Amino acid sequence: MSAREEILQRIRTATADVAEKDPILDVPVEWTYGQALQTPDVLADFVEKVEDYKARVVRVAEGDIGSAIVEALAGLQAGSAVLPGGLPEAWVQAVTDAGVEVFRDDPELSHGELNLISAVVTTAAVGMADSGTIALDHGPGQGRRALSLLPDCHVCVVRADQVVSDVPEGIARLAPALRARRPVTWLSGGSATSDIELSRVEGVHGPRHLWVILVD
Amino acid sequence: MTTHERLTPQPPSWKDFPPFPQAVKTELNKAEQRKNLRHATGTIREKRITRAQEVPNWEELRTAAAQIKDRVGRHLGDYLVQAEKAMTDAGITVHWASTAAEANKIVADIAKAKGVNEVVKIKSMVTQEIDLNEALEAEGIAAWETDLAELIVQLGHDLPSHILVPAIHRNRSEVREIFTTEMGTYGAPAPADVSDNPAELTAAARNHLREKFLRSKMAVSGGNFIVAETGTLVIVESEGNGRMCLTLPETLVSVVGIEKLVPTIEDLEVFLKLLPRSSTAERMNPYTSLWTGVTPGDGPQDLHVVLLDNGRTNVLSDPEGRAALRCIRCSACLNVCPVYERVGGHAYGSMYPGPIGAILGPQLRGLENANDRALPYASTLCGACNEVCPVRIPFTDILVHMRHKVAEYKTSKHPTIEQGLMKGAAWVMSDGSHLATVQVASRAAGGIFKNKWIGPMPLPLVDRWVQARDVEAPPTQTFRQWWKNEHEEGKQ
Repeated sequence: MSAREEILQRIRTATADVAEKDPILDVPVEWTYGQALQTPDVLADFVEKVEDYKARVVRVAEGDIGSAIVEALAGLQAGSAVLPGGLPEAWVQAVTDAGVEVFRDDPELSHGELNLISAVVTTAAVGMADSGTIALDHGPGQGRRALSLLPDCHVCVVRADQVVSDVPEGIARLAPALRARRPVTWLSGGSATSDIELSRVEGVHGPRHLWVILVD
Repeated sequence: MTTHERLTPQPPSWKDFPPFPQAVKTELNKAEQRKNLRHATGTIREKRITRAQEVPNWEELRTAAAQIKDRVGRHLGDYLVQAEKAMTDAGITVHWASTAAEANKIVADIAKAKGVNEVVKIKSMVTQEIDLNEALEAEGIAAWETDLAELIVQLGHDLPSHILVPAIHRNRSEVREIFTTEMGTYGAPAPADVSDNPAELTAAARNHLREKFLRSKMAVSGGNFIVAETGTLVIVESEGNGRMCLTLPETLVSVVGIEKLVPTIEDLEVFLKLLPRSSTAERMNPYTSLWTGVTPGDGPQDLHVVLLDNGRTNVLSDPEGRAALRCIRCSACLNVCPVYERVGGHAYGSMYPGPIGAILGPQLRGLENANDRALPYASTLCGACNEVCPVRIPFTDILVHMRHKVAEYKTSKHPTIEQGLMKGAAWVMSDGSHLATVQVASRAAGGIFKNKWIGPMPLPLVDRWVQARDVEAPPTQTFRQWWKNEHEEGKQ
């Protein structure tokens, strides 16, 4: 008998006491999915929670995104940046004009090359205010996963209409991308560890610096 | 000092630990370890309370999580078949392993087929459980731990003592010592002048591991959740070492216990709210990765999942014990446990320490081993674990149930006199006529002793009682006789 058959057989024996065959009737789940929190100011909550992770957050108007990106890269002392396909041309132009060395991942950059680039600039898919979380679904403007991983600084542009109050609403917004088998990455601040004496240290393997541009 | 041709630092073996009651005697004498643990668990306990209280419907979330996990456990076969199909459709190669040895062989065979002699690893309890690193080492494949705490444990020739923070028993100066003496042997050395500041030690680990991330062709992970509906794997982490392993290598093998399923994408909202607040006491852990099969041009193009039983179906077969399979490995029960805080993780003789280890280990492994019979007693039954558990595992109920099973196991091997007496008593009490028969003897004894007190006498068993206590002689008339005389014949 294969391991598969053996395990499934053992499960059938182990759960012989379960009479109701429909899982949903057998164990009802008393939970309303996708609930929003009654947060008075969702955007302010998002800013507060992201800043609590020691990430930088700036709020700008639509027209000022390009200059905000340039300011972020300067603030992070990033001399080079990878700009994924799908970023608005005006942003790319602003970064190029500022004298930052720009990489486009086309043709694809090697991991070694990405490791030497200071920063990455991406858009985002969803922001979740209550936990200060940003989700990427690696669609246009967000790049493949390695792009937002190897450079040490991540500048992330989040639109106000992408920010929801809490995780359940966030999952609801991400569900179509997940069902379409897109990879999804959640970021809550920069990388961190509490492995030495449970004292939190910001910055381990992922980008050590997260700079969020929230577009009102 | 390495005198043999090992690729990775040699760890001790759990088999060398004596059962819990003996092990605690050694562990309790480690003053430094007790201090480290008191500090660390005290800190995390306070933070967890704050983070749980921020969530208005925390108790409802716990109930929902328990119900979702029960739904999965009671219909595990259906959900596994559904998950297998979804993962296969998404381009993942699904393997099944009944035992640790089978799982280890599957991983080693994939590594050999790929021609790699090293893998990078994401911290995973299940690969600790199956002792994958040593199995790979025996096959000439080096497994490099990339989580900071696991790195401290690996380089320290040590064993994990906590589910979430395996090096919780080490303080910063011990970590510095391990890094400066060992790192250089296995890759980029720590800077000679590194201090014991956690930020500097973390930077040394980042530098040490970066070259391993960039050159490795294969990674091994566990998995926090698999969504049965879509075949999505979820890994929750802090440092980004997970993202490195999930993104950069060409091949990724995820070893996942069969109980790790959740039915739908939407169910994740419950667990991703509960888990970080219960484990690291953060609103959200820094990174969560979700992937559904192979994405062309992004990440590993060869994905494998090993679905592992290794005793989980034993746990499932006990309706009173199966709630232990709800566990999402958050470690809140360890941090709140007064026993764990004092004895530390190694005393439990297993990679699953603390309250969850005491209920899960003996169910996974069975009761043949003396330590597994001791673990259900490694608790004061104070119940603090019941209160913090995000999936409402009834720890104390299961501990008492397991103690009962241990007692049954022991008596099935060695019947005791006590058992014989109880069996006799059960026969006597089961029927009035049985009792009357025995009372013929007790009345006869009453007649012999009259109204004298019975003192020390050389009868087996009885002597143990009467050597320190005088006992009144049994009455010559039983209550039943008296009742009959008073109510049924004389007075009617």
